[in-house]
Amino acid sequence: MKLKAMMLTSVLAVGATAALAEEVRVYNWSDYIDEELLSKFEAETGIKLIYDVFDSNEVLETKMLAGGSGYDVVVPTGTFLQRQIQAGAFQKLDASKLSNAGNMWDAIEQRTAQYDPGNAYSINYMWGSTGLGVNVGKVREILGADAPVNSMDLILKPENMEKLAECGVHFLDAPAEIIPLTLKYLGEDPDSHDKDVIAKAEPVLMGVRPYIQKFHSSEYINALANGDICVAVGWSGDVLQARDRAAEAENGVEIEYHAFKEGSLMWFDQMAIPVDAPNPEAAHKFLDFIMDAGNMAAASNYVYYANGNKASQEFLEEDVIGDPAIYPDEETMGNLYTTTPYPAKTQRAVTRLWTKVKSGT
Amino acid sequence: MGLLWLILFLVGASFFGFLLPVATLSTPFLQYLLQAVILGGLAYLLWRSLDDSRRSAVSRNLLIGTPYFWLMALFLVPFAIVLKISLSDVALARPPYLPHFDWATGIGAFLAELDFENFVFLTEDDLYWKAYLSSLKIAVISTVLTLLVGYPIAYGMARTPAEWRPTLMMLVILPFWTSFLIRVYAWMGILSNEGFLNQFLMWTGIISEPLTILNTNTAVYIGIVYTYLPFMILPIYAALERLDESLIEAAEDLGCSRLLAFWLVTIPMSKNGIIAGSFLVFIPALGEFVIPSLLGGSGTLMIGKVLWEEFFSNRDWPVASAVAIVLLLLLVVPIVLFQRNQQKQQEADQ
Repeated sequence: MKLKAMMLTSVLAVGATAALAEEVRVYNWSDYIDEELLSKFEAETGIKLIYDVFDSNEVLETKMLAGGSGYDVVVPTGTFLQRQIQAGAFQKLDASKLSNAGNMWDAIEQRTAQYDPGNAYSINYMWGSTGLGVNVGKVREILGADAPVNSMDLILKPENMEKLAECGVHFLDAPAEIIPLTLKYLGEDPDSHDKDVIAKAEPVLMGVRPYIQKFHSSEYINALANGDICVAVGWSGDVLQARDRAAEAENGVEIEYHAFKEGSLMWFDQMAIPVDAPNPEAAHKFLDFIMDAGNMAAASNYVYYANGNKASQEFLEEDVIGDPAIYPDEETMGNLYTTTPYPAKTQRAVTRLWTKVKSGT
Repeated sequence: MGLLWLILFLVGASFFGFLLPVATLSTPFLQYLLQAVILGGLAYLLWRSLDDSRRSAVSRNLLIGTPYFWLMALFLVPFAIVLKISLSDVALARPPYLPHFDWATGIGAFLAELDFENFVFLTEDDLYWKAYLSSLKIAVISTVLTLLVGYPIAYGMARTPAEWRPTLMMLVILPFWTSFLIRVYAWMGILSNEGFLNQFLMWTGIISEPLTILNTNTAVYIGIVYTYLPFMILPIYAALERLDESLIEAAEDLGCSRLLAFWLVTIPMSKNGIIAGSFLVFIPALGEFVIPSLLGGSGTLMIGKVLWEEFFSNRDWPVASAVAIVLLLLLVVPIVLFQRNQQKQQEADQ
């Protein structure tokens, strides 16, 4: 009888501790937040925050479609978000739990609505463009003073790439961004879902493939900053982080970000709650915390990406809000394009092409 | 004895716990525990109610049934699931394929929607055949290399005085105490252009320019041979250790040279060890993913990597499953043929 009582108490104790230690699990892109915000959230809410990172939309989608990822908040890019909403991977946000929703920027919400109609499932976290990270000194030394540092010619013309190979070039490992870019270069519709049009990207990429050191979506930040590579096709804020790391290290490396003059891809990273999130209550609290103007500004000031939060703009530092690489002017904005998700069969052709390009065979 | 059976019942019952939907408890762990206790208790009561002769019959059947149970649970059931997915179609759903099994529409409607389209697709694109062939080549070459490196080590171990053998055995097993991933990462440090190996070779003056080894197939071979060496050494060592020394003496008395005695007596006597070791290396090497992705270059084509791409980049589970099924057939068919051959030979010997 005594044994029974003891077992019962221990079982109850296990249940009780499980209830006390409330957790929220967030899965975000690498190098994408001011980590002080994480401890601030824990201090304000008393919820334990578990923060994991990824660097590929594809890997995130595999987890979302498999289900049971265990995450409460994830951050897919708009095109991927749209597919995953169709697959039923997310739950609708409960507006009554998001008191800071009024801070959001209507200009961005209009654009994200094409992926998430009515912004019913997601809030915008950050947005940016895909362009060039250039070690200007090195590139000018190799290609001369008139090097096309803001043009696709720099990375898609074999004669330029052949010379740049000696100082190192990285491409994003993201077919859904590099293929539209190549199509834009060819004067085709970057958002084409026609297999024959997409196939035109292959010879162009294969022509420069021998000179690409690596396809990777996060290593280029440090590689640029350390001077290990001189050109990267990368995301705007990541390149600007590399610029700052190089400046802090005072290693003589000077990094610039350039959107392509031919037009750059504009993307939106959206925070959403998986349909099977273990703790949707806490997930809403996290979203509301992020939508606070001060918090969102702190994140942007740290990672150099623009956000979709109008109210946060007064707290942004001048080198963020005033930098056209982060908050582009009207003209540049007009030059940015967006894409939509590939249907399954096209996706297969895209991945096949990408495998070919990466393996160089 | 009764307690032991109780524990066995509890463990067994916990696997069938999902049959009893007890949704009242908060954590899944407690749910399973409760289900296990209920089912285990029932089984125990049933056991108590039996008389001795029935009990011995039940325990005999349990003993025979256990390996089949594990074979079912760990091999056949997962295989059936993968096979089912490979016959489905990719779709935008969770999980990302259709049809999902649904009791309402029945088994007939479900089966009707399955087809072999994904297997046909594999034959249409030469990527897959190239990847299978190149995996096969890498696996065969690395198995031979591992045998060449492993046999002398096993032979040396079996020839050392008995009191040294446990220490040598320990040295072979010791690397397993470190994570496999870390050991492969260590090779990245050794093989890279500025790595230890190149620095050492340049210091000795053997080479003047660093050798490019990392991100090539050579690095993959080094990684596989290093990682799977113990799997080759241990079975060969076990075979050689049992070898009766007097057989070699007899061969030498009958006029064999030492080398000929080794070839005519030692090698055939250790044949089973060689075969077991080769299979233990060949099979995992064929589907290897971690080693080629860390040490291999973009030109290293292996089926494990293709599978990963299908699954994570393409998010095409049906094709990924079809690739896995073909890989399995590639492995199972030679093993079955080999075993049948062995059996025939044994019968012929008798």
